[in-house]
Amino acid sequence: MQELNCVVNGKEVTLRVDPTRNLVDVLRRDLKLTGVKVGCEEGECGACTVLFDGKPVNSCIIPVMKAQGRHVITIEGLAQDGELDPIQEAFIEAGAIQCGFCTPGVVLSAKALLDENPDPDKEEICEALSGHLCRCTGYLQFYDALKIAAEKIAARKA
Amino acid sequence: MTTKRGRVLAGGTDLFLWLKSGKADVDVLVDVSAIEALRTIDVRDDQVVFGAAVTHAEVAAHREIKALFPALADGCRSVGSPQIRNVATLGGNIVSAQPAADSVVPFVALDAQCEIASSSGTRVVPLEELYEGVGKSRVDATKEIITKIIVKRPDGPSANAYSRISPREAMSLPVVNAASLIVTDGKVIVEARIVTAPVATTPFRAKRAEAFLVGKNPSSLGDLAEAASIAQDEARPRDSLVRGSGEYRKILVKDLVEMTLYRAAERLG
Ligand SMILES: Cc1cc2nc3c(=O)[nH]c(=O)nc-3n(C[C@H](O)[C@H](O)[C@H](O)COP(=O)(O)OP(=O)(O)OC[C@H]3O[C@@H](n4cnc5c(N)ncnc54)[C@H](O)[C@@H]3O)c2cc1C
Ligand code: FES
Ligand code: FES
Repeated sequence: MQELNCVVNGKEVTLRVDPTRNLVDVLRRDLKLTGVKVGCEEGECGACTVLFDGKPVNSCIIPVMKAQGRHVITIEGLAQDGELDPIQEAFIEAGAIQCGFCTPGVVLSAKALLDENPDPDKEEICEALSGHLCRCTGYLQFYDALKIAAEKIAARKA
Repeated sequence: MTTKRGRVLAGGTDLFLWLKSGKADVDVLVDVSAIEALRTIDVRDDQVVFGAAVTHAEVAAHREIKALFPALADGCRSVGSPQIRNVATLGGNIVSAQPAADSVVPFVALDAQCEIASSSGTRVVPLEELYEGVGKSRVDATKEIITKIIVKRPDGPSANAYSRISPREAMSLPVVNAASLIVTDGKVIVEARIVTAPVATTPFRAKRAEAFLVGKNPSSLGDLAEAASIAQDEARPRDSLVRGSGEYRKILVKDLVEMTLYRAAERLG
């Protein structure tokens, strides 16, 4: 067992963990952050996406000790004071959620994109979301959601 | 005394899966991915030095690399997905030793050299000599570590390009990929390097096609096309259930080599 110190959704966390575990398992079992989903466990589907110092990564193939000293954001870290993040609102408005299994990951990749590029074009959205599989929506709703989200974020800043 | 079996871990995008499946077994993992000295790209007048723990995302987004070595930037941009590229490293791509590794094919075209360190010292070896076979590297990650990848900037005017065909743009391995480098003396080609994969157990250098191009004018499209046909003739892709028939992939070798040569010639201006 090793001691892990990191910041998860803005809170400092100290845990004793078995270093052979992956990050998603520790997030889900030890920290009860079950918004992070597990699909393929091989880095292929994107369901387990979290932000690692602001960048999307597949937490199923991250050995947990890589989180040492890092900032991790899961879908639970987006809503502030009970209010949904504008990206979450936009996904609801655009009907970009059906079963919801892929959604936490897609929303986090969307957040990483919009934090860096507040007005992405279709190609940039496509590239940013290319590491996600969605078996329900048909993907097109994601573009609408990101357009709506970009407008909402711009309006909040104005 | 018992010795612990250690191994270098970088992004873990290959190694972590091998540990899970039992394909690799270790007592200790030494994570090198946060070592500052392995994390920089140093663009100098005569060469560019890449730290081995630089990620594919970092190379793909690097303004000077996109201008100098578009073949490499494009190769790195085609690895996996954004989530994979944010953690997967150059060093890991090399040591995993897949013939069609998307950063290695352009690196070999650019004649990259690797600095390898161990307790017995440091050596510099051409990257293309580091392949023992498919998935087998001459770098022993239990005893040594790649620290740097060095690419000399050619003396004369030069250009390079990369191309890849895969079932979809993200998250799929290449059916065929290719990278080319052309160096001129201002008039004619003095050096060409053409690499394609996976058509052999290592990234494949089309040496006859390379030799054919020496002395040719880079704006002669007929010569570039002829070189691509020679490369097609040299390459021996096998039938593969995942990647397609050897016959089909041989045709792709010609098309992709031709495309990279045209694009490189265009970049020469
Ligand atoms: C879903 C998915 C998609 C992928 N898609 C692609 C793709 O499109 N194209 C492609 O080329 N690859 C792809 N890969 C493979 C992989 O991401 C790359 O090979 C990656 O560059 C490996 O780097 P890493 O840092 O993750 O290596 P690790 O997994 O950390 O290490 C890989 C090997 O290299 C050794 N090693 C790592 N760094 C060093 C070093 N500095 N010195 C000595 N030994 C070292 C390790 O011991 C291990 O043997 C994919 C992988 C996944 C999971
Ligand atoms: S569960 Fe991690 S990528 Fe599929
Ligand atoms: S909404 Fe069901 S997988 Fe995307």
